Amino acid sequence: MTPDLECLNLVKKFGATTAVDNVSFDVPPGSFFSILGPSGCGKTTIMRMIAGFLEPSSGDIKIRDRSVLNTPPNKRPVNMVFQHLALFPMMTIAENIGYGLRRAGLPKPEIARKVDEALERIGLPGIGQRKVDELSGGQKQRVAIARCMVLEPDVLLLDEPLGALDLKLRERMKVELKALQAAFDTTFVYITHDQSEALVMSDQIAVMNHGRFEQIGTGRELYYRPDSAFVAGFVGDSNRWAGEITRVDGDGLEIRTDSGLLLRGASHGRVLSVGEKAQIFVRPEAIRIAHDAGELDHFDNRMTGRVTSLLFNGAASRIIVQDPEGREEIEVNLPQSGEFAGLARGAEVRIGWSGAQGNCFAAGGH
Amino acid sequence: MRTQAKLGLFLLLSPLLLWLTLLILIPHVDMLLVSLRERIGVGQYQTSLANYFTFFSEPLYLRTFVRTAVMSIMATAITLLIAFPVSYYIAKMARGRVRSALFLLCLVPFWVSELVRTFGWMILLRETGVISKLLQYLNLTDGPVELLYNDAAIMVGLVYTSMLFMVVPLVTTLESLPDEVIEAGYDLGGNGVSVLREIVIPHAMPGIVSGCIVVFMLSLGNYLTPTMLGGKDSLWFTELIYSQFIVRFNWELGAAFGFMLLILSSTIVWGMLKLTGQSLEKTMG
Repeated sequence: MTPDLECLNLVKKFGATTAVDNVSFDVPPGSFFSILGPSGCGKTTIMRMIAGFLEPSSGDIKIRDRSVLNTPPNKRPVNMVFQHLALFPMMTIAENIGYGLRRAGLPKPEIARKVDEALERIGLPGIGQRKVDELSGGQKQRVAIARCMVLEPDVLLLDEPLGALDLKLRERMKVELKALQAAFDTTFVYITHDQSEALVMSDQIAVMNHGRFEQIGTGRELYYRPDSAFVAGFVGDSNRWAGEITRVDGDGLEIRTDSGLLLRGASHGRVLSVGEKAQIFVRPEAIRIAHDAGELDHFDNRMTGRVTSLLFNGAASRIIVQDPEGREEIEVNLPQSGEFAGLARGAEVRIGWSGAQGNCFAAGGH
Repeated sequence: MRTQAKLGLFLLLSPLLLWLTLLILIPHVDMLLVSLRERIGVGQYQTSLANYFTFFSEPLYLRTFVRTAVMSIMATAITLLIAFPVSYYIAKMARGRVRSALFLLCLVPFWVSELVRTFGWMILLRETGVISKLLQYLNLTDGPVELLYNDAAIMVGLVYTSMLFMVVPLVTTLESLPDEVIEAGYDLGGNGVSVLREIVIPHAMPGIVSGCIVVFMLSLGNYLTPTMLGGKDSLWFTELIYSQFIVRFNWELGAAFGFMLLILSSTIVWGMLKLTGQSLEKTMG
């Protein structure tokens, strides 16, 4: 199957700075593809190149196997949902949605029919005559998507459209966006700096940093098998230590952190040798907490520590544990069963985790 | 406490109230009264509409009146046509220092008085002026050309004088249009013309209307530019008012003329607002 969108060795330079550095990816039809990265990593630049507002310095962009480099933005089969939505405030909702159809020169009755259909589809029938500023944030969001979708684009680009919404609404819109994507059965390319947006909605995620793609994969792959220290640090929360490798056997290895803590980790296929500087990442939820040592017998990292802080956050509550010598602080997720709800500051706890959960990367990358 | 607050409010308002009553309300009421009296003898007056009858029965007055209105509308339209691209460039295309510099360039001519500016145009346009000399030097004409003292010269002067008052509101409204919205217009299939027609102009409408109102009022009430650049053949309605008050010492007729001008400008501005579907609050707010 030919991909809906294909970027080949895309480069964009602004003067001496390289905003996008040799990025290649393809997006299969009907999938939800996200580009996740911190602000300023170049993700918006990629988006604007695909939409046609910027010209790549080199490389090619293909939509359904056809290069669109010489096609102006108004002729490209892609549409964009802008960060602040960019609905036309001088028009009614129906006029907003019908704008693209009018430009395409469709007859009036057909435009009216399509607009009604689109409103029906986004679950807002009968609001066509309202003004833009009469709608709520979530409704505007849906109208902005409908405005693009009536044109039946091959690819829909979304530029952090949830950024302006409040937290509760954002949570709901995530689910809704995914549902809309399924309903319209169109390829979505979504850019965001919010990892939970990317993880929840996407089929594939590209993690971007300093103009390059660090890793492309499913949310699960990025979360559990990060390819680089940047991905491990950026996607999800991690305990992160720097140290020196002291022993390697196969995939497993041992690392002594700068403060002297000896930990078991895993290289997951990366080449690491004894004496090399490395970073180790351990997810707070990978660490088990127990009352007695027996429960942790099967883990190769075990220690007893003292609780220094309790970070209550409902289901995502955590504690910070200090190792016996007081060298490192370790964030540990509390089990959601409420088993340790009575834990107090200063209490002694036993923690342990499997060495396979400790992702090691050669230091010096990021 | 309440009385103190009231006193404070009164004190704050008093300069405005003084301004309004002394400089606007009283002169206008007085002018209305003066315009409504007819001199029947030395120091003898009676109330009548005679001055207004004179205005309507004398073709010169009426023609000058209409001519002033039409020329002012034309000047407004030309100013808009020139100022719109300029403002669009300043607001949407220029960045940083360039933008400030361009804006300043629009402002610079207003640092010298209108008289000096108009005189500048006279230096350029008169028979022995810069342009005439240049044309002769390039052998494009046989003799000196007089570019001054015609309607075109008046138009040039009016447009030049009012340019800033069109550029400022236009730049302000255009700046408030997010680039995203313009890009969305293109992204959804619009071309330059349709984006301008459906997005930029509707958005800039309040600025366009308020700029037009100001420029129109300034042109209609302008005295200096038409007098200096138009010479004696190009009559402007303000010149008639001046001559009635100062030359002829006929305050009654002058006051009636003044009132006709007030009615004319109010009617045209009202019509303009109605035509564009704007309200005064929206454009000035």
